[in-house]
Amino acid sequence: MADILYFGRLSDITRKPTESIDLPSDISHARDLRSWAEARFQAAGVFLEPTVRIAVNGEIVDDAHPLANANEIAFMPPVGGG
Amino acid sequence: MSVLINISDQPISAPELLNDFESRLSSSGGVVSFSGVVRPDGKDTRVLGLFLQSYSPMTENGVEAAVEQALNRWPLEALSVYHRTGKIRTGETIVFVATASRHRRAAFEAADFLMDYLKTEAVFWKKEITETGEVWIEPREQDYQDNQRWQKSETN
Repeated sequence: MADILYFGRLSDITRKPTESIDLPSDISHARDLRSWAEARFQAAGVFLEPTVRIAVNGEIVDDAHPLANANEIAFMPPVGGG
Repeated sequence: MSVLINISDQPISAPELLNDFESRLSSSGGVVSFSGVVRPDGKDTRVLGLFLQSYSPMTENGVEAAVEQALNRWPLEALSVYHRTGKIRTGETIVFVATASRHRRAAFEAADFLMDYLKTEAVFWKKEITETGEVWIEPREQDYQDNQRWQKSETN
C-alpha cells in the first residue's frame, strides 16, 4: 500500500486530498504514476505538467525514480506562500 | 545567533513578534521586519480570506535550509520567520520575517531574500476564498523573477 497525496489545485480534480492504494504491478517508476493518475482522473494533462513535481517519501524525485519502496507519494503543483 | 522559525495555524501578531525580536538583540544597529497581510481585493471580487496548505516536514525543512543560506550569506545577529497555515481571514497577517544585523543593508537584503524564498520556493499551496468562490493561487512571473535576483548575485 502507498499513500498518494494530491496538493493544491490537484485535489480539486481528484476530489480528495489523499488515498491509499495498492500500486498496480505495471507502475514501477514515477512517470508511470503520472500516466496512471492522468487516466484515472481524466485530468486533461494536468498530471503530466513538468511543473507538477512528484515527491516520494518526502523527497522530490525525477520521473525515472523507482517506486518500489514508496510509502508516500505526493503530487506537488507549483508551490508558494507569503 | 538567535533564530526562530514557526509554521503553524496560530494567529500572528506582528507588533508582539517585533517587540519580542528586538528584546533578543544586543549588538545590532539595523532591524528590518516584513509583515504580509491578506489583501481584501482580488482580481474582480472581494477576498474573504486565504487557505494555506503545507506538507510537513518538507515545508519546515525547506524554510530551515533557506534560513541557513541567509545566515551564511549575511552577518545577522537574529532572524525570525513566522508563517501561517490553514484559514486566514482578510486583514490578518500570513507571514512575518525579521532580521537584525550591525548595519542595515544586511538586514534589508536578508529579509528580502527570505520573502522571495517564501513566495516561490517554500512548500505551501495557497487558495483564495472570495465572495464568488475559491481559486488556487500560484506564484506570478514577477515572483519568480524576484527570486532569480539572488541566484545571479551569488555568482558575482
